[in-house]
Amino acid sequence: MIYLELFWTFFKIGLFTFGGGYAMLPLVQQEVLAHSWLSTDEIVNFIAVSESTPGPFAVNMSTYVGRLTGGIFGAFCATLGVVAPSFIIILIVAKFYEKFRRSRLVEGAMSGLRPVVVGLICASIFSIGRQIFVPGETLPTAALAVSIGIFLIMAVLAFKKVHPIIIIAASAATGIAAGYIIGL
Amino acid sequence: MNRKLELFATFFKIGLFTFGGGYAMIPLIQREAAENKKWVTQEDILDVVAIAESTPGPIAINSATFIGSKVAGTWGAFFATLGVVLPSFIVITAISYALQAFRHIKAVEYAFWGIRAGVLALILKAAWSLFKHCKKEWFSYSVMTLAFIAVALLKLNSILVILAAALLGIGVDMIRRSRGAGADK
Repeated sequence: MIYLELFWTFFKIGLFTFGGGYAMLPLVQQEVLAHSWLSTDEIVNFIAVSESTPGPFAVNMSTYVGRLTGGIFGAFCATLGVVAPSFIIILIVAKFYEKFRRSRLVEGAMSGLRPVVVGLICASIFSIGRQIFVPGETLPTAALAVSIGIFLIMAVLAFKKVHPIIIIAASAATGIAAGYIIGL
Repeated sequence: MNRKLELFATFFKIGLFTFGGGYAMIPLIQREAAENKKWVTQEDILDVVAIAESTPGPIAINSATFIGSKVAGTWGAFFATLGVVLPSFIVITAISYALQAFRHIKAVEYAFWGIRAGVLALILKAAWSLFKHCKKEWFSYSVMTLAFIAVALLKLNSILVILAAALLGIGVDMIRRSRGAGADK
């Protein structure tokens, strides 16, 4: 059943995500693609939407995927799924807070979890980058040049801490202008 | 005002005014929960962040649940979490209809074509920020490299890779401690 499927999938995503922001992306990509709920392009499009709307990426993503595949109740089930592991675990941790903080196991696990998230996000960059620059059908050279140009310029701006919404708006404007000029 | 309602209202506001989520939310939580409401101290906020980072799930949800439970128990946690989630839920549900209606317009297609390259740059920046959070040592670098190879090239399941890294971290940490070497800093 789609509602249980949504709940369970996003429960897994919530349970195995460590760290904020894009730490969730590799799991979202793996699970959402495996179910064919969205394509890689649609996931990346939605990241832009999520950056430009309020709230955490996780909740935005679960609401969106749930809404598209199972209507409003689907959105509810997916969001409940992504929130539930946090909620349960934090309630437990809040009780044993001091112990948790000084736990060697937690410290040890984190020493593996922090770098693994970096490796996984790099894997996401690799697959998304391939989708953008070397998709199935061959891109016209001009289109490829524009994509690479946008990526490089925006990377510089991102590292200069320009706000993500400005980066998204500038990328969109460039995309529209270039799209009409090249006539894709 | 009732404590639980107050938690709900405060976290609703935090959820509504945070763009990008996660870490972007911390300064707002600090201002609302510590400075304005005095539910927690400034020092507590650092603990909240540390705990939110080392438990599964989104930072925003973890922080809301944690502060809610400190202030008003399980129901407090419930209302704080509901508050932080609801703005996203409403806004995204509304937007999902618009996205479906407009996405086949040529200009929108072009816009998203440009946006995808820009988003890739944002993800790269995020990876760099997370990288700076890691210890600079051989163990971190090995885990990163192996995780990349496992998922990007060998197509292994990310969840298994994450579990393996956690266990490996615990194992390596134990070996280091049993050797009594403080050389890992």
